[in-house]
Amino acid sequence: MKLTVWTYEGPPHIGAMRIATAMEGVHYVLHAPQGDTYADLLFTMIERRQKRPPVTYSTFQARDLGGDTAGLFKTTVRNAYERFKPQALLVGASCTAELIQDDPAGLTRGLDLPIPVVPLELGAYQHKENWGGAETFYQLVRTLAGPKAPRPGTQRPPRSEGARPLCNIIGPTALGFRHRDDVEEITRLIKSMGIDVNVVAPMGASPADLRRLGDADFNVVLYPEIAGVAASWLQRTFGQPATKTIPIGVSATRSFVEEVAGLAGIDPTAALSDLSTRSAWYTRSVDSTYLTNKRVFVFGDATHAVAAARVAAEELGFNVVGLGTYSREFGREIREAAKIYNVEALISDDYLEVEAAILALQPDLVLGTQMERHISKRLGIPCAVISAPVHVQDFPARYSPQMGVEGANVIFDTWVHPLMMGLEEHLLSMFRDDFEFNDATAPSHLGIPKDGGADRKVPAPTAAAQQSSIVWAPDAETELHKIPFFVRGRARRNTESFARERNVPLITVETLYDAKAHFSR
Amino acid sequence: MNALASLTGLDKVQPCDDQAVLRERGQREVFCGLTGIVWLHRKIQDAFFLVVGSRTCAHLIQSAAGVMIFAEPRFATAIIDERDLAGLANANDELDKVVTTMFERRPDIKLLFLVGSCPSEVIKLDLSRAAVRLSEKFAPRVRVLSYSGSGIETTFTQGEDACLAALVPTLPQAKTAEAPSLMIVGALADVVEDQFKRLFAALGLDNVHFLPPRSSTALPPIGPNTKYLLAQPFLADTARALEQRGATRIAAPFPLGIEGTTLWLKAAASAWGVDPARFEAVTEAARERGTHALTRYRSELSGRRIFFFPDSQLEIPLARFLARELDMQLVEVGTPYLHRQHLSEELALLPQGTSLSEGQDVDRQLDRCRAAAPDLVVCGLGLANPLEAEGLTTKWAIELVFTPIQGYEQAADLAELFARPLVRRNRLVI
Repeated sequence: MKLTVWTYEGPPHIGAMRIATAMEGVHYVLHAPQGDTYADLLFTMIERRQKRPPVTYSTFQARDLGGDTAGLFKTTVRNAYERFKPQALLVGASCTAELIQDDPAGLTRGLDLPIPVVPLELGAYQHKENWGGAETFYQLVRTLAGPKAPRPGTQRPPRSEGARPLCNIIGPTALGFRHRDDVEEITRLIKSMGIDVNVVAPMGASPADLRRLGDADFNVVLYPEIAGVAASWLQRTFGQPATKTIPIGVSATRSFVEEVAGLAGIDPTAALSDLSTRSAWYTRSVDSTYLTNKRVFVFGDATHAVAAARVAAEELGFNVVGLGTYSREFGREIREAAKIYNVEALISDDYLEVEAAILALQPDLVLGTQMERHISKRLGIPCAVISAPVHVQDFPARYSPQMGVEGANVIFDTWVHPLMMGLEEHLLSMFRDDFEFNDATAPSHLGIPKDGGADRKVPAPTAAAQQSSIVWAPDAETELHKIPFFVRGRARRNTESFARERNVPLITVETLYDAKAHFSR
Repeated sequence: MNALASLTGLDKVQPCDDQAVLRERGQREVFCGLTGIVWLHRKIQDAFFLVVGSRTCAHLIQSAAGVMIFAEPRFATAIIDERDLAGLANANDELDKVVTTMFERRPDIKLLFLVGSCPSEVIKLDLSRAAVRLSEKFAPRVRVLSYSGSGIETTFTQGEDACLAALVPTLPQAKTAEAPSLMIVGALADVVEDQFKRLFAALGLDNVHFLPPRSSTALPPIGPNTKYLLAQPFLADTARALEQRGATRIAAPFPLGIEGTTLWLKAAASAWGVDPARFEAVTEAARERGTHALTRYRSELSGRRIFFFPDSQLEIPLARFLARELDMQLVEVGTPYLHRQHLSEELALLPQGTSLSEGQDVDRQLDRCRAAAPDLVVCGLGLANPLEAEGLTTKWAIELVFTPIQGYEQAADLAELFARPLVRRNRLVI
């Protein structure tokens, strides 16, 4: 049992719903009690979908438990088939239905429906949303594309002379962080290279489309969390190689173009010379100097976190001071990336643990999920969202990809926006007591908080610091308050640890500046 | 309409006084009782709600309000995992650990609710025993109670019912010699509570208490001299528990709209033998103000046809208000559960022949709704945008639970909630 305040991921059947909802012609019958229909609103409200998710719930109640819940499930499947006439059916159980062990797979088999039925065993008490999505996509791909698989060991025939290379783009789902726009951006990029797209899946694909997956020469994997398992099955079964590079940021997009060209057997030179982003110039322009060495904390799903850390370090000149993910399945990828920045990887789906890490590090900017946005708001730290879990704000009306050329531009704008502009930051450190322009006000382009910045108070230092017997002399405390709020928490922490290491019981103005000199970068 | 009637079985529905109702059984597009935590944890300010459930439960509460709540919540979920499913003794130890961690983090909490869920009910984790054990362990600092908000037993607002019913046995015993007291039962917005308190005081009723209280240390006393008035229509179990403690119910419609509020207040006033002239005098100003404020919405809503999907059990009182005070036409009034006794005054006020439905088979109900093409559909968040995209105009039902709507001063606000979607649809030119 684990105490959970907020969750990064839903249960695995939410992942299955994201696949079913992304596709056309698929229906999902879920053995579940009343209340599990809440999941519909994720799609209709957060993503503002115009159609209900293609999901039917058996809705058993307490009084059914002693009776025939299995019969109820069968009736539900039969009625859903009659009403929605899907081309393929997913069946499974939510957490409660798993406990009553009604065997949705066997029950549906007994109905002898004339369409492919994919039973899902998602393990609600072991797995989470992304795992459920990946498993569902894999099972669908296997069931539908499997019958067209060549005999094992068959060599993939070479592409016929003069034919354009053909690829699948796999991974985008419903309720994904900017998936809608990433697909558009990457499709355009790939087509501009002279490569055709066979199938995009699961987003927009029908079961008939999944049957054609094997026709492509290779797969472009945009979101390994969802498409990784299916991609390696496709590689084993159809001999289709898959891309490894996630095209987030300028450098990664260039590497992606090279990788795709390699898989397609074409020359990337022309495509590479066409790649130009405003962000590459903006980040070299002198007004961006103030971004140098800003300390950033990065947290999200593994794919977005690793990509964000690289962009932060190489393309914006930030210092990555923390890197983590809630996807335990991708712990290895995050640990490897963390080595590059010489930080310890934080692999946790415990929101409280992430909060503690941010509090301890006092970064200048947090690149995280909606959860970290919540934490940063409380701590008064600027934050930009880089990854799911999503919020209604993560589905902007405007075109706003994360991937490719336009993605790099979007990222530059989104990450720089929460920060104090360069000269403004300098003025604040020079004249802290201006009654209109002081460190309790937000950056001028972000408006003034209603409560005059009361929410920007940095919470009391960690328990460890409180327990220590270190005391601040009043003049040192006053001096500390002359430091702008966005670095004050870190200054306090650094000074205290400096004093503790040297057994200085009383922090004076001298100690404060000794510590400043010690930690100055 | 004939085609519709035979399609849906609505032809069997008799006028309301005969109380024939279309009963549906199928997929329910409603929340479970855990959702009540979203407002209860703000109402009782020193209480904490710990759901003992699955990741689904945690995800539900975090998603239920449509957006995440960006503040330190006074609720959390103890997520059951594989290891807990292996053996119950283990699960109890685990629960104790979680509760201890929670108290370390929130030492200000004085009342803890262990909230049962579908999985905890199915594995028969006895939370009432756990509550007793934990109460002993943490006494006298904290009291630990339990109730079930599971979807297999409770629909949406029934979670509040279960929570309040769990509180009732802990209410202090009123002294037998004490003067009669009035208990208003059901969570109300603080502002509404204060308005009612002033009205009751003006009527000469001073011994008035509210359940739930704003603080767990201010529990209202109860005894044979307690009369209670339900402020919400979904409190069947709470009412039963109150009666077991000797309290008696004052039957009344619910305080929605001017008429509902007047009849509700009047029921209490009559029980206290308040002079009718005094009642008139005390309520006159607010009644007139409220009636006047409703006028502009009557022109917007009059004659419009409204269809209610089941959600909070507030549907019947709302339909009564809309039909009688704003001249709306009721196409179908769906409710998740119809408590005939608590709603008998409401049902008597509904127009003859109103189509009522209880429970839900959402796809069949959507068929009826589309065929009827009402001017306004009241429904949950899962249905609203898809229906809007089909060209229907909708009102999110959940807003009716999260907005102060009871009493005279809120009657026009309530009407405005129904008028706004229609005004908006008219106003937008894209």
